[in-house]
Amino acid sequence: MSHAPTALHGNHACALGAIAAGCRFFAGYPITPSSEVAEHMSRELPHVDGTFIQMEDEIASLAACIGASLGGVKTMTATSGPGFSLMQENLGYAAMTETPCVIINVMRGGPSTGMPTRPAQGDIMQARWGTHGDHPVIVVAPASVQEVYTQTIRAFNLAEEFRTPVIVLYDEIVAHLMETVSLPAKGKAEVKDRKWATGAEVGFMPYAETDDLVPVMSRPGDGHRVHVTGLTHTPDGFPTQKPELADRALRRLVDKIELNRDRIDEVEEIETADADILVVAVGIVARAARRAVEMLRAEGVKAGLLRPVTLWPFPEAQVRNAAERASVIVVPEMNTGQLSLEIERLAGRGKRIRTIHRIDGEPIGPDEIAQTIREA
Amino acid sequence: MNEMVRTLEPFEIKDYLRLQLMPHFMCPGCGHGIALRALLWAVHELAIDKNKLAIVSGIGCSGRVGAYIDANTFHTTHGRPLAFATGLKLARPDLTVVVITGDGDCLAIGGNHLIHACRRNLDLTCLMLNNEVYGMTGGQVSPTTSANRLTTTTPGGNAEPTFDACKLAEAAGASFVGREVTRQAMALKNVIRDGIAHPGFSFIEAISDCTEIYGRKNDLGESPEMILSQKSDMRPEAFGNVADEPFRPNRLVTGILAKQARPEYGAAYRDYAVRVKSKPGRPR
Repeated sequence: MSHAPTALHGNHACALGAIAAGCRFFAGYPITPSSEVAEHMSRELPHVDGTFIQMEDEIASLAACIGASLGGVKTMTATSGPGFSLMQENLGYAAMTETPCVIINVMRGGPSTGMPTRPAQGDIMQARWGTHGDHPVIVVAPASVQEVYTQTIRAFNLAEEFRTPVIVLYDEIVAHLMETVSLPAKGKAEVKDRKWATGAEVGFMPYAETDDLVPVMSRPGDGHRVHVTGLTHTPDGFPTQKPELADRALRRLVDKIELNRDRIDEVEEIETADADILVVAVGIVARAARRAVEMLRAEGVKAGLLRPVTLWPFPEAQVRNAAERASVIVVPEMNTGQLSLEIERLAGRGKRIRTIHRIDGEPIGPDEIAQTIREA
Repeated sequence: MNEMVRTLEPFEIKDYLRLQLMPHFMCPGCGHGIALRALLWAVHELAIDKNKLAIVSGIGCSGRVGAYIDANTFHTTHGRPLAFATGLKLARPDLTVVVITGDGDCLAIGGNHLIHACRRNLDLTCLMLNNEVYGMTGGQVSPTTSANRLTTTTPGGNAEPTFDACKLAEAAGASFVGREVTRQAMALKNVIRDGIAHPGFSFIEAISDCTEIYGRKNDLGESPEMILSQKSDMRPEAFGNVADEPFRPNRLVTGILAKQARPEYGAAYRDYAVRVKSKPGRPR
């Protein structure tokens, strides 16, 4: 099934995952610590009849990706905090027009230019709420180089399946970590494609209300001649300001994610069944937390780890369940409190929550988490 | 559809419009309808299959024009239609991609995308409808608002200098640059037609009047007066009215202003890909 393990860094694995998922268009703008994704895509894409373009900025990068995706091609861009901020407007456009695309955001120290070569987790909330208005979004958060590969493929599959932008969120450490990765044989990765209209439909509705709430997509040239707009629109694609129609259109957008959670959610749980002390962490911090849990278990402490792999929509039910069994919840994160806001919301009254926040550009280590658990 | 037969048919604008969207929402006297007609006429003369025609527009009055065209239409974000169109055209070179934009959309918020689109010389046609004002938002000053004109944000008259968009486009590398006025609908049609047919990036400025907001604010008369003023304003040498009081102080010249043979970027990239693929070994 798989090739011999190969040593790759995260950004390289991301590019290979994208190619395996069927990505055939990349538009991006250089930014540390994500630039290697673009560099690898520029090398790979010509070999698979794809197109690479370096645009004039991140705004144009995501715009070009959406344009190419509307043309029928799977697309990706990669950036970091400052560039991700610039992409927010078009991210909303992709959500509103239900255009599949994948955005890689390699988190670095912020705010502003911050610490470009240092890791952070400051974009957890920006990834969810960065663009204006109530919008659906899917964010996956890989924690290893292997997972960057598999989650990039999964991000494309989710984007295609749900016609929505999907963000792959990891940090500078995962981006530049060199690890062994097992790659599936060529053509063996599970790949999903969006539902295409056949071209034979009469009175085709580009935003029809289908059973799974995900409309079938028309490819330009197939004869439907549809209109695509960021204005609030009815199933025929044309704008509306009628309250009942606007409400219906916007609720379907949100519902297509919420009501399909069983196909979107993914969490990793380690020793949570009997955990009295529950650690909730994402990305690289979760790897340190996993080591801390192992250390504590060896000391006889009933610790467990819950790691959202699909970070948004947030795994509310899974966190509630695990939190119910625990007496203390520990949330380590490389920001001043973003993941912990969700945990505080879900943990229930009277639950003790201990948080660890680092914003100095250094990772949170296992010892730091273990010590917090011991003191909890 | 049989293209040979279609070219022989007289131009009937209704064949290219989404009639279910009528009445349109443009103001009385707005020049954008003339520009729309000129564009569709050009499309007809070139016998472009409307299934293979993609219209990409931005935000503003110009941005709303595209929706009335019975083609693949993309109403994108403010200032970004050229960036969307770049992705679309690279992914789908089989489509004819026309961008409809405005003076604010193209030159202010989208100025960076314009100069890079000119530089790349991808086979796109950029039709910029210049009405010298932000009409959709109520009449604010734009990069092409003439000197001393009144707008809602220049209550004492515009003190900023203006852009010559065609000079900008040519300097940035656009391989086809043209300008026409809505008064000269046939000439506008011809320059759009030549621009679409040109293999490379074509920039076309259509001078279009905003009568309801800009005209009223500056006491430029009703639509007939404004459109007549284009005569003395645009082609003084052609009409012999150099001494007329111009409605626009900038005496802009019209027609095809620049045309040069430069490599079209889409084809250039595809050639590059063939060369890369033919090399033994693959960089990792």
